Amino acid sequence: MAEETRLVTKFLRERPDDSWTFEAARTHNAAYTALERALTMEPATIVEEVQTSGLRGRGGAGFGAGQKWSFLPKDVFPRYLAVNADEGEPSTFKDHMLLERDPHQIVEGVAITAFAIQAHHAFIYIRGEFGLGAERLEQAVADAYANGFLGKDILGSGFDLELIIHRGAGCYIAGDETGLLSSLEGERAMPRIKPPFPAVQGLYAAPTVVNNVETLSTIPHIVRNGGEWYAGMGVNKSTGTRIFSVSGMVEKPGNYEVELGITFRDLIEGLAGGVRGGKQMKFFIPGGASAPWLLPEHLDEPLDMDRASELRTMLGSGAIMVFDETVDPLLVSWRLAKFYAHESCGKCTPCREGSGWIEKILYRMANGLGRPDDLDLLLDMGQNIVPGLNAPFAQTTICALGPSTMSHVVSLDRWFGDEIRARLAADHARRATLQVASA
Amino acid sequence: MTTNAVPMSQWPSDHRYTIPVAGDQDVVTLTIDDKVVQAPRGELLIKVAQEHGSYIPRFCYHERMKPVGMCRMCLVEVEGMRGLQISCATPVVDGMIVRTQAPAVKQAQDGVLEFLLINHPLDCPVCDRGGECPLQDQTLAFGPGESRYVEEKRHFEKPIPISDLVLLDRERCIQCGRCTRFAAEIAGDALIDFGGRGGATEVITYPEQPFDSYFSGNVVQICPVGALTAQAYRFKARPWDLDVAETSCQTCSVGCRSSVDSTSNRIVRLLGVDSEPVNHGWLCDKGRYGYDWVHSDARLRAPAVRTGGGLADTSWPEALDAAADVIRRAVDAHGPASVAVLGGARGTNEDAYAWARLAKGVIGTDHIDAQLADGLPAEVVVGMPRATIADLDRARAIVVLGPDLKETVPVLALRARRAAVDLGVPLVEISPVDTGLTRDASVSVRHRPGAPGDVVQEVVDVLGGVTTRRGDLSPLVPALEGREGPVVVVLGRPSLAEPSDATVHAASLLANLTGDVRFLSALPAANVHGALDLGLAPGFLPGRVDLDAGRAHVEATWGAVPAEPGLDATGILRGAADGAIKVLVLLGCDPLADFPDRSLAVAALTNVEHVISVAAFPDGGVAYADLVLARTMWGEESGSTTNLEGRVMRLGRKVTPEGTTMEAWRIAGELAARLGTDFDLETVEEVQDEIARVAPAFAGVDARLLRRARDGVVLPLAEHADEIVFGAVAGAGVSWEPIPPAPAEPAPEEVTPEETTPPADEAPGPAEDLATPDAAGPAAPVPPVALFAWDTSAPAPTVVPEDAYSLRLVAAPTLYGSDPVCAASPPLARLADDESTLLVHPRTIDGLGVGPGDLVRVSSATAAIELPVRPDGRVPEGTALVATNRSGAGAFDLVDVSDPLTELRVETIGGGSGVGA
Repeated sequence: MAEETRLVTKFLRERPDDSWTFEAARTHNAAYTALERALTMEPATIVEEVQTSGLRGRGGAGFGAGQKWSFLPKDVFPRYLAVNADEGEPSTFKDHMLLERDPHQIVEGVAITAFAIQAHHAFIYIRGEFGLGAERLEQAVADAYANGFLGKDILGSGFDLELIIHRGAGCYIAGDETGLLSSLEGERAMPRIKPPFPAVQGLYAAPTVVNNVETLSTIPHIVRNGGEWYAGMGVNKSTGTRIFSVSGMVEKPGNYEVELGITFRDLIEGLAGGVRGGKQMKFFIPGGASAPWLLPEHLDEPLDMDRASELRTMLGSGAIMVFDETVDPLLVSWRLAKFYAHESCGKCTPCREGSGWIEKILYRMANGLGRPDDLDLLLDMGQNIVPGLNAPFAQTTICALGPSTMSHVVSLDRWFGDEIRARLAADHARRATLQVASA
Repeated sequence: MTTNAVPMSQWPSDHRYTIPVAGDQDVVTLTIDDKVVQAPRGELLIKVAQEHGSYIPRFCYHERMKPVGMCRMCLVEVEGMRGLQISCATPVVDGMIVRTQAPAVKQAQDGVLEFLLINHPLDCPVCDRGGECPLQDQTLAFGPGESRYVEEKRHFEKPIPISDLVLLDRERCIQCGRCTRFAAEIAGDALIDFGGRGGATEVITYPEQPFDSYFSGNVVQICPVGALTAQAYRFKARPWDLDVAETSCQTCSVGCRSSVDSTSNRIVRLLGVDSEPVNHGWLCDKGRYGYDWVHSDARLRAPAVRTGGGLADTSWPEALDAAADVIRRAVDAHGPASVAVLGGARGTNEDAYAWARLAKGVIGTDHIDAQLADGLPAEVVVGMPRATIADLDRARAIVVLGPDLKETVPVLALRARRAAVDLGVPLVEISPVDTGLTRDASVSVRHRPGAPGDVVQEVVDVLGGVTTRRGDLSPLVPALEGREGPVVVVLGRPSLAEPSDATVHAASLLANLTGDVRFLSALPAANVHGALDLGLAPGFLPGRVDLDAGRAHVEATWGAVPAEPGLDATGILRGAADGAIKVLVLLGCDPLADFPDRSLAVAALTNVEHVISVAAFPDGGVAYADLVLARTMWGEESGSTTNLEGRVMRLGRKVTPEGTTMEAWRIAGELAARLGTDFDLETVEEVQDEIARVAPAFAGVDARLLRRARDGVVLPLAEHADEIVFGAVAGAGVSWEPIPPAPAEPAPEEVTPEETTPPADEAPGPAEDLATPDAAGPAAPVPPVALFAWDTSAPAPTVVPEDAYSLRLVAAPTLYGSDPVCAASPPLARLADDESTLLVHPRTIDGLGVGPGDLVRVSSATAAIELPVRPDGRVPEGTALVATNRSGAGAFDLVDVSDPLTELRVETIGGGSGVGA
């Protein structure tokens, strides 16, 4: 039976009553000792260690963290570190837990990363709805300042760092890295054209690294134990551990930190207790709402980011949603479409107009009012947002919200296409009969 | 590839007409639709493709704004790049292979248009944009034939006003962000933005804050659908019924290129034309909506003569005979110096020349002044080293020493703002009160009214590399580091409550700075620069020469030239008041409104024996006139004008003149004939050709050149010949599309009905080859007489000691006021504040113990009047600001032109406290 491999969640699981306090973290978790160690290292050495570790971004895109840092243009200052704590992907709640339960681990990761990239200002953009998380994070930052782990001349090293917490106002697209930067600057959270990439021109047009909360929470462990050690865990190019938020129709939903490489079955059936009430699984979403769906037949596939790509889906934000045999996939698809239509920022035409149109078509499909060719209409129109309709998705929009509006539709067609087309035809025929009857 | 325009090196980096020739190291070679082309490195693909014949459709992209990549209409295929690329944000690189017609591109265009149309109301039959709508046009060219959308469209209340001038229809809006970006990036008035998100995204204004930008009309012009419409034009015409003529706006001296659209012989719309050296396509709202006055019921439509019962319409022969008779009798009885001419700053170049010739060559008087003590001495304006507007972009620093540019020459303010904000040119503003540029200036320093000298000396020191002790100037030091280019001084009158001496002295300090210093005049009257250049100033002859230098050359045509310099406006009005001047001709001016000292103006008009007014409106001067010669106006007359940089541009005639009005230059010719001299000038072109021959600064600037030079020509031609861009642009500006690159060959010329007479010289003259870079042809004509140069020495003005009990008056115009443009143009009349108000610092009003809007007694050495007082944070303590262009009692009642400045005592009505009391 699979077990958790607790690294970033170890301490918060051990001390559920006070893991977020400075005293507990310092006394029982050796908080900030990795920072103490990092400050004695060369910044470039830390970047190398992180590159060696193979740590990939835990926000969704899975880009190498150390590699991202190394893209900063040399000798261009100031630089900024922005922390993406705007966890808004439906069914994802790992950063939520880290923010509330182990904020010092985050602050330490931020300080180490800022030192490694030589940034003197870091910003944590925290989702507006995370009230308790923001409160505990603010306290943690205040404690870190008070104890000399932030501010001027940290621990006598000569390194200065100001850490600013910015609360969002409730907007999914602020979780896109350029949308986040726009929002930080006081603009509408609309993604920006890339290039220039944030590493070249990010916050206030300065080189900026944007990292996820879980990514940064991992950094102190890598500094403490070395990149080689971290790379020794996991599978292939998916190294280390990762927190998966398992939700939906399972017996024990929750966050599970596991070594990458175990199978979906280990996670869903082993750790999360399998489908609730002894029912059969119909399908599951393997990487957050934006990820294309998988079927029970994929349960023995490993949790490997590159393998997921081969399966034309992604591990994304590490959120697994499980649906049992009683669920209507069309309703799931409609609900997801409604989310994306609501959260489209309105910048790019295909997403702004397409997301709402998709929602309207799915609504009638799910409610017995579909037309026989509605699924094909969705797929054809969707080509104008996601040319090719094949993961990894191409897109006609600036950010990935565009393709996300279509990924569930692609899954509907892929796994349940025949079933849905038959249903649409039946709905249509039934309505035709009704019309005759009432005529 | 276009080769007949300006060398790229002389233009700002976002030049638009030229791309450099092959061999330039900054050139890349790429393939667009199987065609190998060259383009400057870093140029945007959408622009390069268009210049080479592959038009890529677009909605959000606008050449004058930063790309934003929202509409996704301009997607193209770039070999080696994953997915389609937005060409509006993709710079060209070497070896790029681009396909704008690939199947994937076609599909994307189809898709974007289908998306844009699903929520579009398709109410084209009742939409102002219908027929000239980019959404219509591009749907036709690139879109799907039908929609698969069957659901309910988005609904909004329509239309809603977002300002007094502009309405917003949110159903038609395609969320391209052109308007919001214009407001924030170009105008600096970020008063509109997006609200909501996804399909509910809409353009919004902020609560209680309308979009009351001076530049709001531009958003209507650049809107790619009919979402933004102009109150003034709504439902007035269909685009295909419009007649179009290109002209220069004559609301101020920037002379923005614009197209006048008319239908049924009425002007219904003005659009900005994108002229690189002048206005970049923008217009201010006063220029854009100030055309109704041409058709105003208040217009004078026939000449009139005063009889016992007031002014009575008469015939032209009778009016002209009477006017000639009045002048002849005055000259015979009292000599030519008994006749004086005031005004001419708002006419055409041809008007100015003909009247200068009439006054100086026929009547023999030099008492003539186009400025009514509201400008700068002619020797400064005519003789200062001149900058062009484009020099702002490449300046080492810009020094603004003058009025609020946003209130007087608004589009120049946009150009200065762009230089400072987008191009990083350090901009120093020196003014007595905060202005519309203060926020965007690198450094803005205040000086006491009438005493700019000390502050200017400090700025001169900093520009000259001397360290400053003034903290407020210190940001300038790092900003200047490593910068080269000319120092451009934008020079005007900061206040009309004091003479120009102090400003001229301050300008002389700047002029004497070592290195390249150039001046850009900020005198606002539309053609004051043409008037001064063509001799409507005492001591000067046409073509920037003084009486002595130009005498021999001009006499050859005119026969005679005055011996001695005459009086300026103040002298003329004093002469009229004390009886020395018997006949006062008002050439399109109203001393009661334009001259800063109203009591002197009233005395002059009351005491002078005869007033002849050449006017279009029954203004204050007409009320005193014996004879009124009704003149044509802008829009009714062709000709040329000279803008503040000395650029001579064509004016287009668009509508038939109202009534029996006559062009002012023709009136001068008719009077000259009656006084015994036949000018032998029948057409505007003949006047232009005579100007080119007689006026030294205009050498080479003949009718033929003026008809072909798209953006006009800067005087003197010899110094600016290589900047001329040839091309006909009759219809440009109607479309939202940018003007296509200039054709290699001169395009067919636009011929208006006025121009059916062919110019005398049809053979290719020297101007023919002017802008062919590789032509070894003749050089541009050199002025036959050396042009007048200002000697840059000016005495320091009298220092007036501070008086703690007084406020120093700053009198300056605002954009909207009681002037006829606003008063007789309904859209603007609603915006104009017609009442004079005393604006003082909030602490000053607190000290008075009165509330905002309360009446106070304001007294100067000359007069005491009652004005409402209001607090205004732009005004420093010890200073008061009163707008000049207001009817009724106001600033000009308080000013005495013989005083070095105007000090005001302010008291509450019915006794009580006063300032400082």
